[in-house]
Amino acid sequence: MRYPTLAAGLLAASALAASADTPVLTVYTYDSFVSSWGPGPAVREAFEAVCDCELNFVGVGDGAALLARLQLEGARSPADIVLGLDTNLTARAAASGLFVPHGIRADLDLPITWDDPLFLPFDWGWFAFVHDRNRLPEPPASFAELINSDLSIVIQDPRSSSPGLGLLMWVEAVFGDEAPAIWQGLAPRVLTVTSGWSEAYGLFLDGEADMVLSYTTSPAYHLIAESDDSKAAAAFDEGHYLQIEVAGILANAGQPELAQQFLEFMVSDAFQSIIPTTNWMYPAATPAEGLPEGFETLHRPEISHLFPPEEAAARRDAALDAWRNALAQ
Amino acid sequence: MPCVVILLALNIGALTAVVARAEGWAAFRAADWAALRFTLVQAVLSALISVALAIPVARALARRRFPGRGALIVLMGAPFILPTLVAVSGILAIFGRQGLANQGLALLGVQGFTIYGLQGVLLAHVFFNLPLATRLILQGWARVPGEHLRLAAALGFDGRAMWRHVEWPMLRQVIPGALAVVFLICLTSFAVALTLGGGPRATTLELAIFQAFRFDFDLGRAALLALVQAALGIGALLLLARLTLPIGAISGLDRPAPAPGGGLPRLTDALAIVLAAAFLLLPLSMVVWRGAPHLPSLPEPVWQAALQSLRVAGLSVMLLALMTAALALAAVYATRAGRAFEALGMSALTASPMVIGTGLFIVAFPLIDPARLALPVTALVNAAMALPFALRAVLPALRRAEADHARLSAALGLGFGAHLRLVLWPRVRPAFGFGLGLGAALSMGDLGVIVLFAQTGGETLPMQLHRLMGAYRTADAAGAALLLLALALAAFVLVERLVGGRKGLHAGT
Repeated sequence: MRYPTLAAGLLAASALAASADTPVLTVYTYDSFVSSWGPGPAVREAFEAVCDCELNFVGVGDGAALLARLQLEGARSPADIVLGLDTNLTARAAASGLFVPHGIRADLDLPITWDDPLFLPFDWGWFAFVHDRNRLPEPPASFAELINSDLSIVIQDPRSSSPGLGLLMWVEAVFGDEAPAIWQGLAPRVLTVTSGWSEAYGLFLDGEADMVLSYTTSPAYHLIAESDDSKAAAAFDEGHYLQIEVAGILANAGQPELAQQFLEFMVSDAFQSIIPTTNWMYPAATPAEGLPEGFETLHRPEISHLFPPEEAAARRDAALDAWRNALAQ
Repeated sequence: MPCVVILLALNIGALTAVVARAEGWAAFRAADWAALRFTLVQAVLSALISVALAIPVARALARRRFPGRGALIVLMGAPFILPTLVAVSGILAIFGRQGLANQGLALLGVQGFTIYGLQGVLLAHVFFNLPLATRLILQGWARVPGEHLRLAAALGFDGRAMWRHVEWPMLRQVIPGALAVVFLICLTSFAVALTLGGGPRATTLELAIFQAFRFDFDLGRAALLALVQAALGIGALLLLARLTLPIGAISGLDRPAPAPGGGLPRLTDALAIVLAAAFLLLPLSMVVWRGAPHLPSLPEPVWQAALQSLRVAGLSVMLLALMTAALALAAVYATRAGRAFEALGMSALTASPMVIGTGLFIVAFPLIDPARLALPVTALVNAAMALPFALRAVLPALRRAEADHARLSAALGLGFGAHLRLVLWPRVRPAFGFGLGLGAALSMGDLGVIVLFAQTGGETLPMQLHRLMGAYRTADAAGAALLLLALALAAFVLVERLVGGRKGLHAGT
C-alpha cells in the first residue's frame, strides 16, 4: 500500500510546484555531480537565488550513461540541459541532432581554444598517474620510463569509464601508429583494469598498486580536505591528455530562455568558484578570487593533448582493439 | 496468475522493448566469442568449486551441535548479501598484493601470490556463493529423516555405505539446484570479474552488453548478447533439471539425528567448519575493522539513504513473499506445467540486469516520469532477482512435505486450506523465512536498476556508498560499507526469524 501513497504524494508535490507557477529547469548530469559531496547542491542554491525558478538536477550514472539515456529518450526527453559530457562523447551527441547552439561567447581559461557552437565547457583537467610520495618517491617521468620500470598501475576500462577512454586517447595522441606497441609494453605494468574510476582509486589507496590513472588535480583533494600532501601526479615528458567537460542545450527544451540563462550562469564566478573543491577539476573560467589555496602546488603540464571530437570518435574503435589485443594476452 | 504475467513482462517484455528500439540486428564479433568463452569457463568453475566445497561444510554443520552454531551459520551467509564493491575490498584486504595473506608469506620469506587473474575471479565468486551453496545443501541434509540415520547407524553402516545409501541420494536432489543457482549468479557478473580478472581477458558477456549499450549505444547488439546470455542460463537449467533426482515419498518424523562418533569424522568436520569460517569471516572482519572508526561520524545523507534502502527492502520482501508462494504452489500442484512455473521463477537470473533495467525504462518512460517509479520498480526487480533463491529454498521443502504427507491428509479428509495451514506451512516455514530473509538482504545491497530510475533525494545506501567513493571520501565510504553490512545482516536475521519462526531456524538449517 506504500506505492499509491507515494505516488499520490509526488503528484500532489508536483501539482503544488506547478500551481505556484515557478518554472522548472531540468538538468541531466552525471551521478557524482548531484551527490551531496559534489557541486550539485551549492550550484542549485546559487542559481535558484538569481533565476526565480526551480533547478531540478537528475543524476544519471556517468557521462556515457548520460548520453545513452538521452538517446533512449530522444526528442521526448524532459531535459532542458545536459551537463557532463566530455569531448570523447560530443561527436556522438552532436550527431544525435538533439542539441541546439548555445550562442554564448565566454572568456574561458582552457589550455586550448574553444569554438564548439553546441557545447560549452564548465570544467577541465589533465589525466595523470597519481602516486604516493612516501611509497614512490621518484615516479617515472614518461611512458617509456613507466614501461621500463617494475611498477604496477591500475587503469579503468575504456568501454565503461571516461578516464579509461581518456588514457586510450592519451596514448593514441602521443604515439599515433606506435600506440599498439606502447600498449604491449604497458601490459605487464597493468595490475588490473576496473570498470570505473572509484574502484581503481580505491585499489590505489589500499596500496594494491603503485599508481592509478586519475587527474593532476586529484592530489588537491587529499591536500585540502585531508591535509595530506603525500599524493602527487607524475609529470610525463610527452605531455598530458585533457578532459574537457561540457554542457549543452537540448533542441526540445521546454525552458529555452532559462536554459540559456543557466549556461551563462555556468561560466560565471558564482558557478565556477564551486567547481575546484567539489568536482576537484579546474574551472573553465577562473573566478576573480583565483583558485583555492593548494591548487598552486599541482603539476601543470606544458604540453596538452586533445583530439577534436570527430577525430576522437574516428580513432576510438581501432584504438580500443589495440588496447584489448595488448591487454588480453 | 498476475505474478506470472509480471515475471514474463520483466524478462521477455524488457528484452522485447530493447529489441524494438534497436535499429537492426547485429552480428557476433570475435571479441564476443572470447567473452562468451570466458563467461562460461568462470561460471562453470565457480559453480563446481563453490558446490564441491559446500558439501563437506554443510555436512559438518548438519552433524555437529556446538555453542554459537546458529550465529556462525548466519554470519557465514553474509558474503552472499554484501554489495560487490564492499566484498571485493574485504577480499583484497586478505588476498590482495598488500593483503594479510601476502604480508604473512613475506614475513616467512615465501614468494607471494597474485590474486589478479582467473584465480581471483574464482576466489571472489566462491566467497560470494559458498555461503548460499552451503545453506541450500544444509537444508537437504536437514530433510533426511532422522529415522534413516538411526537405521543406518543400527545397521552399522560405515562412511562409504552411508554415503551411497543416504547422503548421495539426498545430494542428487539438491546439488543440481545449487549448481544452477551459482552458475546463474556468476553468469551476469562483470565488475568483480573485470577487477579481479586483471583486465580485458576477463570480459564477460554482461560487460559486452554494457559496452554495446553505453559505449556504442547499439541496442541491437545489447539485445543479441542478452539473448545469448539468457540462452546459456536456460541451457544450464535444462541440463541440470535432467540430472536432478525426483523426491520420493520416504517419510520420517522430522526428528534430529545423532552425530557420528569417532575421531576422524570429528576432525574432518571441525576442519571444514574452521577453514570455511576463516575464509568467509576474515574478509568480513576487515570490512568491520576499517569501517567501525568512521561509523559514528557518517554524514546525514548516508542515514537518509539507509532509511530509503529499508523502505525498498520492506516492499521488496512483501512482493517476494507473494511471488514465491504463488509460484511454489503452482509448481507443485500444476500437474503438467509445474516445471514451467519453476523455470519461470528461475528465469530472472538468466536475464541481464542491464537489459531488464533498460527495457523497463523504455516501457515506463513515455507513460510516467521514471523518477516516480524508482521505489516500486526497484522493489519489484529486487523481488524478481531474489525469487530464484527463495524458490530454490522453498520448493524442495514443499515437495518433500507434499510427498510425505499428501496421502495422509487426503485419507484424513483435510481440505486444501487445512492441509496448507496444518501440514505444509510448519514444514515449509523455515525455508520460506530463509528465502525471504535472503530477499531482504539482497534488496538492501542491490545497486542495479535503482541507478536508472532514482531521483535526487531517493538514493539508496549502496548508491550513496558509490557516490562517497566517487567523491574521494574513502573513510566515510568504509563507514557506510559497514553500515550496509550490518543492515543487510539485520534484515536477513529479522525476516528469517519473523517469518521462519525461532524453532524453525534450527530444525531447518
